[in-house]
Amino acid sequence: MLLVFIASVIGSFGMAFLKMGSAHLTRSIWSFLNPKLLFGIGLFLGSSVFYAWGIKDGQLSVLYPMVSLGYVWGLLWAKLFFNEALTKQKFMGLGLILLGVCFVGMGS
Amino acid sequence: MSTTATIAIPQSDPRARRNSFLLVFACTILGSAAQLLIKTGMNHFSPHLAALVTNIPLIAGYALYGINTLMMVLALKNGEMSLLYPIIALTYVWTTLASYTLLGEPSNIYKNVGIVTIVLGVAVMGRRGNK
Repeated sequence: MLLVFIASVIGSFGMAFLKMGSAHLTRSIWSFLNPKLLFGIGLFLGSSVFYAWGIKDGQLSVLYPMVSLGYVWGLLWAKLFFNEALTKQKFMGLGLILLGVCFVGMGS
Repeated sequence: MSTTATIAIPQSDPRARRNSFLLVFACTILGSAAQLLIKTGMNHFSPHLAALVTNIPLIAGYALYGINTLMMVLALKNGEMSLLYPIIALTYVWTTLASYTLLGEPSNIYKNVGIVTIVLGVAVMGRRGNK
């Protein structure tokens, strides 16, 4: 369970680095190879290793929804790193999404 | 107290926001297609090089993930991460629906309530961004 938790944290950092890297995009296709984007992709790969490792001996119905905790960390990083507004709608929407993912997990 | 009606968000070109939303929406469809392909490929997985390079579904699945990541980056460039990231949960919806129809997995009330709730959540998140 801890492994999947770690995977969700790493994944949310991956998304934050994709966002940082996206600011360096130009018209050139090579601008996709900027360090922040590559690091973000590396974090995604790392996250999926932890996830695969974590689900090896655990209940998928619990662990599957746990990955979506990453969205909560993502909201934090969006506020901290990019100063995005955290509105009531975002919290409500995220709450519903998390609830829904839990249900899907329970049914799996 | 609600002040949401008039607050302007920094990156708020409405068209750019809508395009970002649509890009991530497309990402979720491609993402679940990738999952299905990888699952199909894993059904006849064998850890030999010759088997791996001829495992078309597996290769296609991972290629889709690659394309997905590029689209996500393009979406993030003009959109808010706090809005776009949770929308990826729509992938669960498509994957569940596809597992009913394509893989013949049994449906149940939990999964059905879950996918409806996720869609509701995405609708709540997207409402403001689409205005």
